[in-house]
Amino acid sequence: MTTIDTTTDIRPFTIAFSDEELDDLRRRIEMTRWPDKELVGDASQGVQVALLQEIARYWTDEYDWRKLEDKLNALPQYTTEIEGLGIHFIHVKSPHENALPLLITHGWPGSVIEMLEVIGPLSDPTAHGGDGEDAFDVVIPSLPGYGFSEAPTEVGWNAGRIAAAWAELMHRLGYTHYVAQGGDQGAGVTDALGRLAPGELLGVHFNLLSAAPRELLMASLNLRLAFSSEDREQLKKVLNVFMRGYIAEMGEHPQTVGYPFADSPIGLAAWMLDHDADSYAKISHAFLDGQVSGNLTREHVLDNITLYWLTNTATSAARLYWEGSRATAAALKDPPPHLTIPVGYTVFPDELFQAPRHWLKSAYHNLVYFNVAEKGGHFAAWEEPEIFAAEMRAGFASLRRKEGYS
Amino acid sequence: MSTTVRTATDIRTSSIDIKDEQIDDLRRRITATRLPTKELVEDRSQGVQLATIRELARYWSEDYDFGRIEARLNAVPQFMTEIDGVEIHFIHVRSKHEDALPLIMTHGWPGSVIELLETIGPLTDPTAHGGKAEDAFHLVLPSLPGYGFSREPAELGWNVGRVAQAWAELMHRLGYSHYVAQGGDVGAAVTDIMGRQAPEGLLGIHINLLVTVLGGPQTTESNEERAAQAQLETFRQTGFGYFLEMATRPQTIGYALLDSPVALAAWLLDHDTDSYYKIARAFVDGEPVGNLTRDNILDNITLYWLTGTGASAARSYWEDGLARAQALASGQAPPEVAVPVGFTTFPGEIWQSPRSWVENSYPNVAYFNVADRGGHFAAWEEPELFSTEVRAAFRSLRSERTWGDVLVESYLED
Repeated sequence: MTTIDTTTDIRPFTIAFSDEELDDLRRRIEMTRWPDKELVGDASQGVQVALLQEIARYWTDEYDWRKLEDKLNALPQYTTEIEGLGIHFIHVKSPHENALPLLITHGWPGSVIEMLEVIGPLSDPTAHGGDGEDAFDVVIPSLPGYGFSEAPTEVGWNAGRIAAAWAELMHRLGYTHYVAQGGDQGAGVTDALGRLAPGELLGVHFNLLSAAPRELLMASLNLRLAFSSEDREQLKKVLNVFMRGYIAEMGEHPQTVGYPFADSPIGLAAWMLDHDADSYAKISHAFLDGQVSGNLTREHVLDNITLYWLTNTATSAARLYWEGSRATAAALKDPPPHLTIPVGYTVFPDELFQAPRHWLKSAYHNLVYFNVAEKGGHFAAWEEPEIFAAEMRAGFASLRRKEGYS
Repeated sequence: MSTTVRTATDIRTSSIDIKDEQIDDLRRRITATRLPTKELVEDRSQGVQLATIRELARYWSEDYDFGRIEARLNAVPQFMTEIDGVEIHFIHVRSKHEDALPLIMTHGWPGSVIELLETIGPLTDPTAHGGKAEDAFHLVLPSLPGYGFSREPAELGWNVGRVAQAWAELMHRLGYSHYVAQGGDVGAAVTDIMGRQAPEGLLGIHINLLVTVLGGPQTTESNEERAAQAQLETFRQTGFGYFLEMATRPQTIGYALLDSPVALAAWLLDHDTDSYYKIARAFVDGEPVGNLTRDNILDNITLYWLTGTGASAARSYWEDGLARAQALASGQAPPEVAVPVGFTTFPGEIWQSPRSWVENSYPNVAYFNVADRGGHFAAWEEPELFSTEVRAAFRSLRSERTWGDVLVESYLED
């Protein structure tokens, strides 16, 4: 008799939305009731009407969701239930033996879509100008409540709990050694995973310093520490991140903004586009004057927004900020363990802030790789997949040698 | 001979005409609403609850009488006049009592003149509402620029200071040589600045939200002060998201407020804990508090929807944020409010300002009281009680006594 353990079973997954769902989206976009134009000539009052109207036009007239469906379904996708939640993930094994398993976690307002173009360079480096010994097996999960992962039905799914689920996922996939990477919310999860330090985890790489707030708070209380002008400039940028309305609102009342997310495609698009000035300007150029920055094309941007719309997950995604604000408050009272495994970090020049190397050294005691990339912003993997992949290769090279992977 | 009309200062009567197509479109959108999943908590701590919104949407599309706004507003004398380039809508009800005191009252966000409608009777016709003829007011209720039936500014700069100047011009245009002003919420900020600008004819102000404390630290010596400080902290930590979003990115949230009636309703409901639970009770349990009934709540939300003013109203926060930042950068303290100030603390308010805080903010506090009931939307929720406070606060201004007498008396009372 064969028994299948449904709780640890890994099942293949494909996506297929109905024509009705796509028609409903199109109808809603066409029926959008628009506000008057903002009163400024820039984005200082938020997402500009001209941009969103062009997005609406492109979305209804030219955009083809089915292309993305085909692209996703051509990849090995799976779901597995972890701690009661169906977790969706892409799992691409490299043709190269001894490839290093790499777990990449996306952020908000992203999804696995951000990571699609790094799969090739990472898993099949020889086809992308790299060496076979740089190969990775790539695991790209959808965060709980994001995309095709199920949404939590109870509170507590913060970065720490997600990290524990990721450790279980890698264990379930049979990996005895792996590394992990993340930016944005993915950096928070990867940071938590590094502190959890499951025995199989060799090291982590970040492209956003999620540990910054706590470490900086502690640093700024240290009166002996003289801030350099670079510190001051970057500290100002960090503080400005936390003065963003979307972070405050999603951290306090994700359900309230959930109604716009669920009911208005343009309301959802506006909220998602209003992430940071750099990516906004790049996306704005892509739509309004055809100047595309790297891989941040109109199509890719709408793949991601449409994914949020069709899965109706922006509310559950926003709840991660609510969980995060509670977890941060708890961590201030009861600090998590130090992160002692090896850490790699890449500063992308257009990121929210450019963490100086000594911030990294103060936040993480075992910094083995630090580099400033020549191009790219907050959505580095999405915007510059080749550069991002090169950073992964370089960032994890020393760990690979040590563990005899090459 | 040709007739010339001075369009720039012309005051025209106005009435509201809502088209059936607008109602049909609104009802269709409510019915077609796609909702998010339920919040993961059993209280307001993740925002406006799904059960509240479901019942609001059901009542709105099935039971609510869309003719109410037109009927209620057209039952009072409404006018339009252009001030400083913006068409301003206002209600103007003159008391039958000749020596009534002119009073300009300013609503806030997420409110409108709808909040203030039930105070018109008690304030202008006190003898019909258990008051005395000598408590009568001539009442002026303007819609803030960008709110309701006032037009939205087409240029930058319409912060509360500019609104305050426009109100002074409005009262001047109406021929009032002496008047008083009142406000809560954004209306409190407008009224506070009117007090600082001290236009000719302004005798005194009454406010029911102490906006000055948002500017900096307050004394925390007494238990009352510490309790109010804790309330302020809670507001800053858990009630600030909507404020920050509108102050920094009004256009971004504006899209959904124009496009989705239920998104608009949720955003407007998510103001403060006290009023949220009162409104949720009205919808979910059928137990309204005071005048915060389902119909009155939906009158206000429907007004925002029909006038399409979600984004332009949010923009007023952006203007005020900018003005505050500029004031801070200038390093110059604003002028004091020299005219007498009355203040009422309502017990359900976001922070219950103690008298000491009011006195720290204003050198000339002529009236202070803590009301028995009522919250942030005091005029809306408890119109009779609110009217009693306004009468009491301004009573001394009508008498022969000087303000010096009033101050001495109030000092002796302590």
